[in-house]
Amino acid sequence: MAKKAQSTLVNMLLSLTAIALVAAAALALMNAVTEEPIQVAKENKVKKAIADVLQQVDENGQVTESIKYETLKDTAVDVNGESVVCHIAYTADGEYAGAAVETSDPNGFGGPLKVMVGFDKDGNVYGYSILESNETPGLGAKAGDWFVKGGKGDIVSVEHARPLTVKKDGGDVDAITGSTITSRAFLRSVNKAYTNLQSVLNK
Amino acid sequence: MKAKDIIKNGLIKENPTWVLILGMCPTLATTTSAINGMMMGLATTFVLLMSNIVISLLKSVIPDKVRIPAFIVIIATFVTIVQMVMQAFMPDMYETLGLFIPLIVVNCIVLGRAEAFASKNSVGHSALDGLFMGLGFTWALTLLGMVRELLGTGCFFGISLIGGADGMLLMILPAGGFLCLGFLMALINHLRSRNVKKA
Repeated sequence: MAKKAQSTLVNMLLSLTAIALVAAAALALMNAVTEEPIQVAKENKVKKAIADVLQQVDENGQVTESIKYETLKDTAVDVNGESVVCHIAYTADGEYAGAAVETSDPNGFGGPLKVMVGFDKDGNVYGYSILESNETPGLGAKAGDWFVKGGKGDIVSVEHARPLTVKKDGGDVDAITGSTITSRAFLRSVNKAYTNLQSVLNK
Repeated sequence: MKAKDIIKNGLIKENPTWVLILGMCPTLATTTSAINGMMMGLATTFVLLMSNIVISLLKSVIPDKVRIPAFIVIIATFVTIVQMVMQAFMPDMYETLGLFIPLIVVNCIVLGRAEAFASKNSVGHSALDGLFMGLGFTWALTLLGMVRELLGTGCFFGISLIGGADGMLLMILPAGGFLCLGFLMALINHLRSRNVKKA
């Protein structure tokens, strides 16, 4: 075995500096390689969610292009300084067709809950998709299919008083069993999406 | 030391999870399903393999007094690479494991093997040690994830076996993780001790 480098100041400085430089170079290279795919993956996710909530996905899961949407970033800022992004959809003739609104609520059970809510042109909830959540598996994590059309806490096809609240808070939406906190955070996000969209449309 | 011993050490005799009981944080947190456990194990395996190789190569040029910071920089580099690659090419998996990937840096198995093995042994042996320690960690996490997923949701690798039923939610929650880990550890150590007696 080669002789071990002594722990002199010069040796220590040299070896650490060299290692840090090589590490930095390796990471810079990797970053250059992965930067674009990461961006594409993020955009695809948003596109997929918009298509999902606006039900513009055909039977094969492919996004249909019949509806064009324009994204209005930072259309409104909520109390926590988080931006609400509205994706406004138009038909081919340029008529307003609905919108997909990205909102979040900081008080999910395990952290922030980020959702995309789709509204039709009359302002009814059309669909939704959970973008980011840290809810308990088996409990709050059910939010993804609990509130959908035909789900136990259906907010799509069932008429509800606005703003939406769970039964425990005097509203009429069935909360997820054992996950009132998640349900509240989810409904707050939906309400926020609705009010923000209205204010954007009225402008 | 023979290659066979290194392989056996990693997989069974000094298995990081069942015997050394290292890296319990990702073990408990990511094993809510078999696939999550397996992916976490594989990510750790890659980091272990690469950092063991590099540290073994550099062992004679890293002065003793700064070896820990040097090891950590090397380990952190590979962890960041794993994180970026996962984010780019497996965004769904990254979402589930995202929080725990950067934590591989402080996983005691990785630094433990660097310190106890790679800094003293040849490159070939260190690579073998990293690979099989990682695979030992992987099978442990996969098994734990399989048991918890089966009991907690009635699924096997995401395929429902007992259609419609919800399973025991407790097993998915942290308490169930501890319970499951304890029982499996007892079982595996019982089997190990029987084998040792026979031999």
